[in-house]
Amino acid sequence: MKRQSRRNFLKLAGATSAGLLACGAGSSLASQGPQINNEELGMLYDATQCVGCKACMSACKRVNSDYGSLSYEKASFDSDGLWDAPSDLSGSTRTLIKLFKEDDARWSYVKYSCMHCQKPSCVSVCPVSAMTKEQVSGIVDYNKNTCIGCRYCQVACPYNIPKFQWEKALPQIVKCDLCKNTNLRQKGISACAEVCPTGAIKFGKRGELLRDAQARLKSHPDKYIAHIYGEHEGGGTNHLYLASMPFNKLGLPEIKPEAPAEFSEKIQHTIYKGFIAPVALYSALCFIAVKNMKGHKGHEADADHEKEEK
Amino acid sequence: MAQSEEFQKLEGKIFTKSFFILLTVVLIGFFFVGVRYVKGIGAVSNMSDGYPWGIWITYDVATGTAIACGGYAVAILVYIRNRMQYHPLIRSAILTSMFGYGLAGFSVMVDLGRPWNAYNFFIPSKWQANSAMFEVALCVMAYSTVLIIEFIPAILTAIEKSKWERMNLVRNWLHPRIAPDQKTMNDKLEMVRLGAAWLKPRLNKVLIFFIVLGITLPTMHQSSLGSLLLIASTKLHPLWHTGFLPLLFLLNCIFIGYAIAILESIISCYSFGRRYEIEELSGLAGLVPFVTVIWLCVVIGDLAYRGQVSAALNGDFYSSYFMAEFLLVAAGSLLLFFKKLRRSPRWLFISASLIVLGGCLYRFNVYLIGFNPGKGWRYFPSFAEVMITVGIVALEILGYKVFVALFPVLPNTSGHGPQQQKKTVVVENAKGIDLNQTVAQAQLKAAINNLN
Repeated sequence: MKRQSRRNFLKLAGATSAGLLACGAGSSLASQGPQINNEELGMLYDATQCVGCKACMSACKRVNSDYGSLSYEKASFDSDGLWDAPSDLSGSTRTLIKLFKEDDARWSYVKYSCMHCQKPSCVSVCPVSAMTKEQVSGIVDYNKNTCIGCRYCQVACPYNIPKFQWEKALPQIVKCDLCKNTNLRQKGISACAEVCPTGAIKFGKRGELLRDAQARLKSHPDKYIAHIYGEHEGGGTNHLYLASMPFNKLGLPEIKPEAPAEFSEKIQHTIYKGFIAPVALYSALCFIAVKNMKGHKGHEADADHEKEEK
Repeated sequence: MAQSEEFQKLEGKIFTKSFFILLTVVLIGFFFVGVRYVKGIGAVSNMSDGYPWGIWITYDVATGTAIACGGYAVAILVYIRNRMQYHPLIRSAILTSMFGYGLAGFSVMVDLGRPWNAYNFFIPSKWQANSAMFEVALCVMAYSTVLIIEFIPAILTAIEKSKWERMNLVRNWLHPRIAPDQKTMNDKLEMVRLGAAWLKPRLNKVLIFFIVLGITLPTMHQSSLGSLLLIASTKLHPLWHTGFLPLLFLLNCIFIGYAIAILESIISCYSFGRRYEIEELSGLAGLVPFVTVIWLCVVIGDLAYRGQVSAALNGDFYSSYFMAEFLLVAAGSLLLFFKKLRRSPRWLFISASLIVLGGCLYRFNVYLIGFNPGKGWRYFPSFAEVMITVGIVALEILGYKVFVALFPVLPNTSGHGPQQQKKTVVVENAKGIDLNQTVAQAQLKAAINNLN
């Protein structure tokens, strides 16, 4: 009896670990990856054309103040409250211009905002579907009425884009939604791209932006680093970058072409495919446990009997 | 020989000195919880947009539930591997698990930014099966419920046997005008007793299916606790980021569970002045190295496969934490391979402590120490943040203390070892709880030190 159950247990343990091993091994195989949809909306930021006027930042706060409570941020040096000077993207700031300085001659502006990934990690990890990717436009949107504030999206995002309102009692996540409810709905263009005086921010469909970026690289190979950031990074993003400086110096991390969400979902799906493994595990364990219990039933019945007599 | 009861209540006072010390710690913790709800998470914690998960998630949820896996590990042993001789250990293991998981759930509610939206977990249209967190959340909620159901027999037994002394005391203390009539009250209490007596055998019949559910659910969510960090491929150090995270976390919680069960038993035997259950413990300890060796092999094999062995040995910040975690577990397991050491309570205690420390350090490494969101981000927990965690741990010990006094949880000592006079047992009991407390606090301290 005992031996039998141990054999069962070992069999089961073997099967389970073999399954887990298989999924782990499966994950390391090369993946096909999803098709990139070039019809989705996005932006092309050309750092060489940016003059750092920050009109995009103020337009973003003006337009979206009702959707994300974008307040003005006081800097530590600003006792009179004369500046809006966010030091980074934050719970009050969706887009930000920074200036990278290598020396007096070599510098570059850089704009931060949501990359609107083709396969967004934040959407993949959100447990309650508060982060969503719109089918047609490809906009990665946030719904504060569903969000539970677990901040898994922040852990997952390789670009560190979603920001949390740490100082508020009723906080929310703040990130760019391409002016989905505001400027895009009214004027068909995001506020930052609309106000940019030099055309450094171009709004449009990903395919067009990509062709434009390739053309610029071709006509001015001396001006640019020969790479379109966002073309392949993390499975491709709808926000694309051109710059004269290496992108990692501008604070844009180096990311492999495979989307991180592809990797994690593959493992999660292998384990929970059709919920078969958990159900099988439960039934197998039930079988063993009930069988074991039966072996002890006689013994326990005696015990119960004597208890009652007491 | 007359068959004695398997479990017994702990005789003695509830309101001891340690009770009030623990209560103070709990109240300090809850004061900061209050501050967190009024002024926001940023007011009490050092978490930032780069480190959105601090020690509340890392210790209370990821590590705390592993420490609370004693119930899971012992249940596997008793019901699946059919070792009924360990059955006396199970109720206290389940109680610890119940508090461990319940309070992990509580600290999640402190940690969540928008907890009032948590009902979305129960709305199918919001379900997001791709998310490991969704799986963890549902499983942990289900498992907590299962643990409560597994504990109900103890409560029913207590109701059945109760003489309602405390209830009568309260009644006599009340003003006669508001106090209920003695006879009516007794009738009502009798009905409760009969209800409990009616329910108990029926529950016992189906209990095994809940127990097995209580084995399936931790298997699922403990592996998913590892899956949570799979997505952070650019942030988690390559020493720890691997497709085997779910498997490693599952094995990790099993050996932590057994090691904790050994520690619990040794500490309580020591403090109750009871004979050590060397047969059971050395049997239990004989299982641990099998699990740890599989775990260590997967770790090494995976590092070799991904070509990260040099990163593990190069002696930098990450490598030293990796080596610490690895060597703690390896050293603890090595000791357990010697049959002679397995039969010595002292060496059992040492090796189990090493294994628990190493196993918990692994979880800290994955969730915090090996997690690097990029340049410019730093995290070290603030005082208030630590106090909330300490307060929750104190509440756990406090609850355990009260529960073992109210319900028959601990193994019946009269059947084992040399007969003790009741009074000494009572005195020693208080000591036992204190020891439990110091162990838990020492673990926490070690964990926090590891962050440095």
